[in-house]
This record gives sequence, structure tokens and C-alpha cells, in this order.
Amino acid sequence: MNELDLKKEGIRGINSKLQTLPKNTNEKHWVVTNPMGQHSIAVGLDGPLQIDIKGHVGFYCGGMNKESEITIHGHAGVGTAENMMSGIVWVKGNSSESAGATGNGGLLVIDGDASSRCGISMKGIDIVVGGNVGHMSAFMGQRGNLVVCGDAGDALGDSIYEARLYVKGKVASLGADCIEKEMRAEHLADLERLLKAAKRKEKPSEFKRYGSARKLYNFSVDHADAY
Amino acid sequence: MCGIVGLYLKNPKLKSKLGAMFKPMLIEMTNRGPDSAGVAIYRNPTKKAETKFSLAHDDANYNWKSVVSGLNKALKAKSSGKKIGNHFILVTTAKEAAAVAWLKQHHAAVRVVGSGHSIEIFKETGLPANVYEKFDLDHASGTHIIGHTRMATESAVTTAGSHPFATGADLCLVHNGSLSNHNRLRETLRKEGMEFQTENDTEVAAAYMTHKLRTGSTLKQALESSLTDLDGFFTFLVGTGDGFAVVRDPIACKHAVMAETDDWVAMATEYRAIAHLPGADKAKIWEPEPSKVYSWGGNA
Repeated sequence: MNELDLKKEGIRGINSKLQTLPKNTNEKHWVVTNPMGQHSIAVGLDGPLQIDIKGHVGFYCGGMNKESEITIHGHAGVGTAENMMSGIVWVKGNSSESAGATGNGGLLVIDGDASSRCGISMKGIDIVVGGNVGHMSAFMGQRGNLVVCGDAGDALGDSIYEARLYVKGKVASLGADCIEKEMRAEHLADLERLLKAAKRKEKPSEFKRYGSARKLYNFSVDHADAY
Repeated sequence: MCGIVGLYLKNPKLKSKLGAMFKPMLIEMTNRGPDSAGVAIYRNPTKKAETKFSLAHDDANYNWKSVVSGLNKALKAKSSGKKIGNHFILVTTAKEAAAVAWLKQHHAAVRVVGSGHSIEIFKETGLPANVYEKFDLDHASGTHIIGHTRMATESAVTTAGSHPFATGADLCLVHNGSLSNHNRLRETLRKEGMEFQTENDTEVAAAYMTHKLRTGSTLKQALESSLTDLDGFFTFLVGTGDGFAVVRDPIACKHAVMAETDDWVAMATEYRAIAHLPGADKAKIWEPEPSKVYSWGGNA
């Protein structure tokens, strides 16, 4: 285990250290101390590292991650794991707005609540939220899964494409072109895999599935009112 | 961009440390707003029959003594004051409206930036660290304080366009965001008799609140009606005589985070501003929900 003190090394010092490690390095486990809510901690990593951040982080933590497993032992700010490609970002506390935004792959787990716009424009990332998500979550979600073990705020899945949304609790309202859909065996299996990966105790059968009604893909004057 | 920060002390033993605790909060928000900065600090409450004015003049060597003596003579008042930077904190027994009218007539270049019993507003262009130093806030004691670092978007970088904006006795407003209907609203409020010093959007929001409060709304009602009457992005932090209140626009465009311990309540645009406070890592931390008014210390 190696320790990186953000107060001492600064954000650029820490990120350039982690980003330039050789892919086959033996120094895989890094602990970041004194994060002090700073932005862009452990972004752009490209390799199978294990990063533990001891405290609350600011915006974009774990952004663009490839292969690394990043654990935030605290709360996270805006845009956690934005545009993640693969690997895991795990938030032990809550995460602010736009968690997992535009994520292409990998798994984002938020043990607590996520705020508004969670999974906005998701492109293949899997997101599991232990608590609630705020309004406009999965807005324009194209691919991937958003699992919400608590409640979802207003306009869930607004203008959604092919992302799959699973919510255990209440949904305040569905966004344009987002509807409740049938939960088939393949969905239950997918959900079981995701809940297990996120170490959740909920059962797949307790969830409802939401997705696209596929009416807004192409402009049709008959649907003008729905935009 | 802009950064807003607020600190309210629950533990009265910390009062003497208010300025020192708040300094790193404001300075951490420098890269969100390097154009100008301002604070409203609540301290040294006056007697009931007195009013405390925060006055400012572009000339740091302005003859404030003549303001005090002139005011005392003209309005048969007892006044005293203290020069801090290019601001002057005036405490007077003169009636508020009469004092404002007299200042306007005899010292037209003096700006009234705030008034009440305990509020003192200081604001100036420049980096937050310089502003803090200029107004000698490092060692300031008080009960609560709010601050703003400005990255100008809607109007020029001037002292008058800096935040906080006064909205009534012991009330002031800081704003992160931008309003899109401020021109029309300014005209409407002008017709209601409100006066404006700048082309700034936040001044319109402040005048809107002032007008609402003058016409019988409570602070909570004024904040709630702002959610429908103001169009744009905003997180507002309102300083009151005994605390502060926070509200975000209905889609929560602008960041905001709050934290609370047994000793203090803090609000900031970003957590990193709060991270400097003692016990922040163990504090209860949450994000204020859109369209919901949060307040501390009553009054709202």
C-alpha cells in the first residue's frame, strides 16, 4: 500500500503519479488522504489500480476511469465517475448531481443517495444507488442500467433511449417518453447480477422496470406535445 | 460561476473566531469568483432606538467626520462611526428614512450598502483574500456571516455590482446564477417605487425581496414567491438578523451543499469551502433540495 497526501502533493501531483504508473506495476494499491473536497481526484486512470480515498471529494472524482477500482470513503460532489469507461467507482456516502454522467461502461455504486440528473446521458455504465435519486435522473440515457433501491425524483428517464431503469421505491413522476415496462426473466437476471455486485440485500422481484416508449426517437408532428 | 458561503455559529464560545473560521471558506471559492468579493457580518448589535448603516465611498480617505457632524446637526441625532477600508459603519439615533434622505442630498456619492441593528456589509472589487484583508475581517467576531465571490456575467465588475445586496433591515442577499427576466422585473419594480444603482440582475432580486417584505410577506413567503416570479438559475443565500436562509431554483441548476455540527451550520457552493471548518469531516452533510426554503435562527 502506498499513501498519497493530497495536501502535500496537490491534485496534479497525485493524478500524474497515478496516471503514469506502468500497466504491469506491482504498486497497485494507493490510499489518498486529505482529499478536502478537491476536484478531479483520481481522474483519467488507465489500469487495474485499487484507490482508496479517505474523506469527502469534490467534483468529477474517478472521471474517465478505465479498469481501476476507486472507493470514496465519504461523500462525493458533482459528476462522480463522469464518462467512466470500465472499472468500479464506489461512493460510501452520498453523491451530488450528475453522478455517472455520460458513462460508457463500468460500475458506479453509491451506498447513500444520489442527487439530480444521476446517469444523465448514460451510454453503457451500470449505476446502483442504495438510496434515492433526484429529479431528471437518466435524462436521455442511451444504454446501461440505473438501479435505484430508494425513490426516484421528478421526470425520471426524460427523453430516454435504451437505458434500463429499475426502481424499488416510489417514482415522483416519469419524464417524456419514459414508461413502466414489463419485467422479464432477462431483466431479473440482470438486476440480480447488479445488486450482487453492489453488495445489496434487495431482491430483484421488489423492483419495477422503466424504459423508453420509443415515440420520441424521430420527430413526428403527432407527438409534438410530448416534447 | 460565483461562489457563496455562509457560516452560522451554534456555539456562542466560537464567536470570537468567526472571522478566522470564515476566511478559508471565502478564499477557497476564489476560482469561482475572482472579480469581486463581499461579506455581511452580524455583530455588535445597536440599541433598539439606533440604526447601523454600512456606507461606502470610492475615495478611501473620504471625510466621514463631516458626515457624522452634519447628520447630527441636521437631524438632531447622536451618531458615531468607524472607518473600515473605504466603508464606514455609522450608528445613529436618526430615523432610518430621514438619514438616507439626508445622505442622498448632502453626500450623493456615498452609497448605503446595508442597514439594520447588527448587519455590516463590506464589498469591493478584487480577489477575496485582498477584500478580506482590506476590511480587517481576520479577527472579526460575530454570530454569523455570509459571503460571495463574484465572476461577473450579467453586468460590469464594479463595487456597486458586488454582493451582498441589502434587502431590508438586517437582511441581505447573495446569489449564484443568472436571472433572465431582470430587465422587465426592474421596470415593474421601478413603477412600484424601488430604486436601482446598477444594471445588475442580483440587485433586481434583492429589490424584489425588499418590495415583498415591505408589502407584508414574511421572508419565507418572499423566497417562495421568488421561485415563480424570477426566471433563471439561482441559489440564494439570505442573511437575517439571527441566522440565514437558503433556496435553490426549481431545477437546482446551481450547486449548493450544507453541513451541520453541534457547533455550526455552514452553506457553500462547494464542499471544499466547508472542508476547512473544524469537524467538517464528521459533520452531517446534505444537498438542499430545489424549491425548498431552508433557514436557521428563526425569522424566516
